[in-house]
Parts: sequence; C-alpha cells; structure tokens
Amino acid sequence: MYTGARKQDHGRSGARADRRAERTLGALAAAVLVLIGAMVVTVLIKAWPSFSHNGLGWFGAGGEVDTELRAMREGTPLAGHSIYYFRAWPLLWGTLVTTLAAVVLALIVSTFAAVFVTEFAPAPVRRALEPVIRLLAGVPSVVYGLIGILALAPWINEHLISNGRKQSVIYVVQLNGANLTTGTIILMVMITPIMVAISTNALASVPIAWREGSAALGVNRWRTIWRVSLRTARPAIAAATVLATARALGEAVMLAMVSGSRAFSANPLDGVTFLFEPVRPLAAEILQESEGLTIGPLGHTLYAIGAVLLVSAGLLSLAGWAAKQPLKRYGIRA
Amino acid sequence: MAGAEAASPRPPVAVRPARRASTSSWPPLDRVAYWLCWATGIGLCLIAAAIVLYMLVKGISYVRLSMFVDSPAPSLHQTQSGGFSDPIIGTLLVTAIGTVIAAPLGVALAAWVSEYARPAWLSRAVESALEMVAGAPSVVLAIFGLLIFSQGFLGSLSQHSATGGVLGQSFLNAGIVMSALALPLVFASTRESLAQLPDRLREASYALGKTRATTIRRVLLPSVRPGIASGIVLGMGRIIGDTAIITILLGATLRNEPVGGTPLLGTLRGTGSTLTSYVFNNSPAGEGNSHEKAYAAAFVLLMIVLALNALVTRLTGEREPRIWGGRTWRVLRRGAGRLRWTR
Repeated sequence: MYTGARKQDHGRSGARADRRAERTLGALAAAVLVLIGAMVVTVLIKAWPSFSHNGLGWFGAGGEVDTELRAMREGTPLAGHSIYYFRAWPLLWGTLVTTLAAVVLALIVSTFAAVFVTEFAPAPVRRALEPVIRLLAGVPSVVYGLIGILALAPWINEHLISNGRKQSVIYVVQLNGANLTTGTIILMVMITPIMVAISTNALASVPIAWREGSAALGVNRWRTIWRVSLRTARPAIAAATVLATARALGEAVMLAMVSGSRAFSANPLDGVTFLFEPVRPLAAEILQESEGLTIGPLGHTLYAIGAVLLVSAGLLSLAGWAAKQPLKRYGIRA
Repeated sequence: MAGAEAASPRPPVAVRPARRASTSSWPPLDRVAYWLCWATGIGLCLIAAAIVLYMLVKGISYVRLSMFVDSPAPSLHQTQSGGFSDPIIGTLLVTAIGTVIAAPLGVALAAWVSEYARPAWLSRAVESALEMVAGAPSVVLAIFGLLIFSQGFLGSLSQHSATGGVLGQSFLNAGIVMSALALPLVFASTRESLAQLPDRLREASYALGKTRATTIRRVLLPSVRPGIASGIVLGMGRIIGDTAIITILLGATLRNEPVGGTPLLGTLRGTGSTLTSYVFNNSPAGEGNSHEKAYAAAFVLLMIVLALNALVTRLTGEREPRIWGGRTWRVLRRGAGRLRWTR
C-alpha cells in the first residue's frame, strides 16, 4: 500500500474522480465480502436442522450412512429414529484417513523434491521439473479419477488383494480395486505439486549467506540444508501443508470415483485388509447424493456435511495464516 | 587428444570447482537423504510422463474426428453413443462466463487492496475471505450456488420446473459460481505483481500530477499485464478442470438443452454438460460407463490443460517478463492500424 499520494491530488475534478474510483472499488470489495459472509451463513442455516435433530451425535458413530440417507430420500424414517437421524462418523473417518495419509506422504515426498529442485538438480533437470510440477498440479481431478479407476484400481485389485483376503471379509464388505489405498495414492499425487511449488519458493529465498555460513563451518551440504534451509523454510512448508490439506479435504470427484462405492468405516484393527477397505469422504458423499439436494431432510443433511467442510476450510486458512507469521520475521515472502 | 593430455600436466583437482556435490565424504544417512532427493525428483517426472503417455496412447486410439462434431446420444453401444460436441461447447461457455466475471472483479479487488486499502480492516477482511474461498471445496461453493439460484427472484437465470419451483441449474449459474474458483487466483496473481512494482513508478506518475485512479489505470495495471494474464489463465485452468460445480449446477445432462427459443440466451439458461462431467458420467463411476468415450474426452481435456500450462509458462517466463504482453499488443495495434488504412 502506498500512502503518500493524497497530498499530490490537486486537480479538483481529478481528485473527485479519484475519490469516486476509490469508493466504487471499496464498495465492490465490501460486496464481495458480504457475499462470502452470506455464503457461510446460508449454508449454516440450511444445515441447522440436521445438527439440531442429532446433536453432537451427528459426529458420532452408529448405523450405516447409506441406509440413513436412503431413508431420508424415500421419506421413511428408520425404526425408532426421526427422519433426520444421521451419524456421520464413517464419512468423517474416511476424510480423516485419506487426508492425513495423503498429506503425510506428500509432505515427505515434497520436502525431498523441493530440496532436489533447489539444491541438487542439474540445470536441465531443474528446467524440466518446473513444467512437470505445473502439469501435475493442473491435471483435472476427473482425469486423475479416470486413470485411478481404469488403470490403478484394476491393477491393485488383481495384484495386491488376494482372493483369500476377499473371502475373509466377504460378509462384511466387498473388496475391490476402489479402496482406501487407491484414493490415498492418487490424492498424494494431486497435492504433492502444490507443496513442492511453495516449498521450493521458500527454500530458494533462504538468504545464501546463512547457508554459506554453515558451509564455512565445515558442515556438509545435506546437514546445511537440514539444519539451516529447511528450518528457515519450516513456516512456509507448514503453510504449504495446510493448503494441501484444504485441497485434499475438498477433493470430491476423484475420491468419489476411486475410494470405493460404499460409505464404510474402514477398521485399522483389520491389519493389512484395512488398506483395501472402501471409504467415502465427506465431499464425495455430497457429490454422490447431489440429486437429493432439494429433498428436505436429505438436503439439510448434505448441507450439514458442506457446513463441516466449509468450517474446516475456514479453520485451515486461519492455520495457514498463523503458520506463515514467523516468516515475516525473516523477511521472506512465501 | 589423448596425446595432448598426456603431454601437458593436469591442473590440480582442487582448483576446479566441483560441478555438483560429492557425497563420498558424507555420513551414510546423509547420503541416503541425497539419493532420496534424486529419487523423488525423478519420480515426479516419471509420474507426469506416465500420465501424459498413458492418456496419449488412450487418446490416440479412441479419439475420432467425428466426436468433435457429434452430439452425445443415449446408447449402450460405443459406436452409437455419439461424440462430445455438446460438452466442448459447454466447457467453452462455462469458462467464458466464469472468466468474464472473475477477471475484472479480481483485478479491481487487487487494485483496491494494493493501492487504496482504506479502511485497513476491510481490506484485510477481503483478503482473508478470498483466501478462504480459495481453500473452500468446490462442492460447497456448488451447493451454496444451488441454494441461492433456486430462489424465486433469480428464476430468470435458469428455468422453472413443472411444479413451479426454480430449478437453479443453468450455464449462467454454473459460470457465475465458477468465477468464484478463478477469482482468488486472479486476485492473488495481480496483487502479487502490483506489490512487486517499484514505488518509483507510482511516484513518477504522481509527480506528473496524475491521480491515483489514473495511475492505476494507465501506469500500474498496464505494467502488471503479464501477472494479470497468468492469473486469468490459471483461473481458466481451474474452471475447465472442475466437475463438482458442473454436476450440481449444470445438471450434467447428456446434451445441452436450451430453454425457450432465443438462440444464445436459451442455451445459457438451459442445462448441459462439460468435458469434465462427460468424462465423469462415462467412467465406471457414472451412468454411461463407456471407457472409450471417457478416455477420448479426458485426452481432449488434458490437451487443453497442457496448452494453458504452456501459456502460463510463456507468460511468467523469467527472462523477459513483459515481452508477451508488449509484443502482442504492439502487433495487435499495428494490425488494427493497417486495417483502418486499407479500408
């Protein structure tokens, strides 16, 4: 922001035009702000009936999500429950597991990749990596989903899941290629480039004198990166992680395609089988039930899912802002 | 060569600067980390190459030229289910509407936040709100849009259903909500470029007695044109790639179904589909379930995204940041001038 201009406005009509421009733009900004606020409020209002009928139980476990939603769609309440009866835990769990696993994997991969880009990559490789990362970030999620369901899922189904494993849980859940692992792997590929891009920027803006100081003390290059560069860039990497988490949380289309056709609460106690159980995250559920958005109770429930996602996104952007604060101290933009 | 080398003594090794890190003296764990860096870097390249090659092979084997002109048809036979001309038109329409709204709005907001920003709390609030929109899942934006656009007073944007309610699904509605995807990108890119402009540009303009509004319009915005353009192109990429908003706000119908008789307005008010929803519906997850059509459309989609990527690379090229904007404008202007003279 440049503040020294006000005194310079001496032409009278020019000053008036300037003030008019400022007011118009300011009004526009206020309008956008109001619209965004209205979005949060309307979604919350529309979601309220679902929350108020279920209380905190909304977030708890109990019952099958698919059955509950079908009951709402058909307008026949489940025995002993109100029409709004809904327990979102399987969806929340699906979201948590896929997001956390993908983000942790992407954090590891992207940190090494960012160090590679800034430190070790020979110039031609570095020049190739930039468009590669932009490409991976730009591929539409539906294309990732298509590749996942037509290429990766059948492969996993044939080679990684034995028939014995399928038989062992056949009465509980049907295992096929569309499962937790497939969803997580593709989700990781989708969010890694975002993190690489931000981390690379941050690593590149670490003052070179700091690294030279470390090198002058006889510390080898990796240790310098680990102790100086990565530590300085840590807030930016944290911010990148938060951004990637938001992206993973909101991913609907790809996960609706590859993470399984059933809102099943995958159980980690099942051991390796856990990895091949289907899950369904929150965002994918909205997409899959989108026909029912206008049906009273079902609609309210779906908006409640949307409200949870929206609030999480808001909290994440707050976390991202907080994570970036220490960077200001170093005077690094990221 | 070998003889010459043997004749002259080799220069001492230490004098030559090492072209890349020698890891022979490192502890084993550090060396592992070094090779992990290489592995992830090369791994990312391989994944990207695999995706592009896979889609290329599938695309070349399934894309037929007739698909670009045929409308989709309801048939279980792959030979009779038509092409994807309607989805291509849909993608173009939605992208156009979204960009036309997001581009001026994003630039205006960025100009206000970066040059005026009074009161300060409002500008900070706008910035964080836009950041939140950037992080908000597109499904949520879509269901919010459906909620708003199915209100009675916005019925003219879509169509009334048989029971008298407002459907809330149309190209206009989808395009408007899509602009929310592109807006934060245009805003961030423009704002970033404005922040990087040296203050002397502004000072010079003020010294000439120009007002702030004139300075923004005549000095600042023209000099951040590449930044604006790359923001817009990134935003277009996001709009083209989004499926959730299309499914919920455009209906993802088989064909574009205009409402009423007016040619363009009817289409804009009607439902339809885009390439992304076409791929989704033809994948095993959708109803159509025909792999070949899905691959073909996904290939076209990927090619569009690749082209946009190339454009962004061009726009944000490090060497001469302003050459694209400058040259293009010059060429266009010269062309326009010539046109006037010959006429």
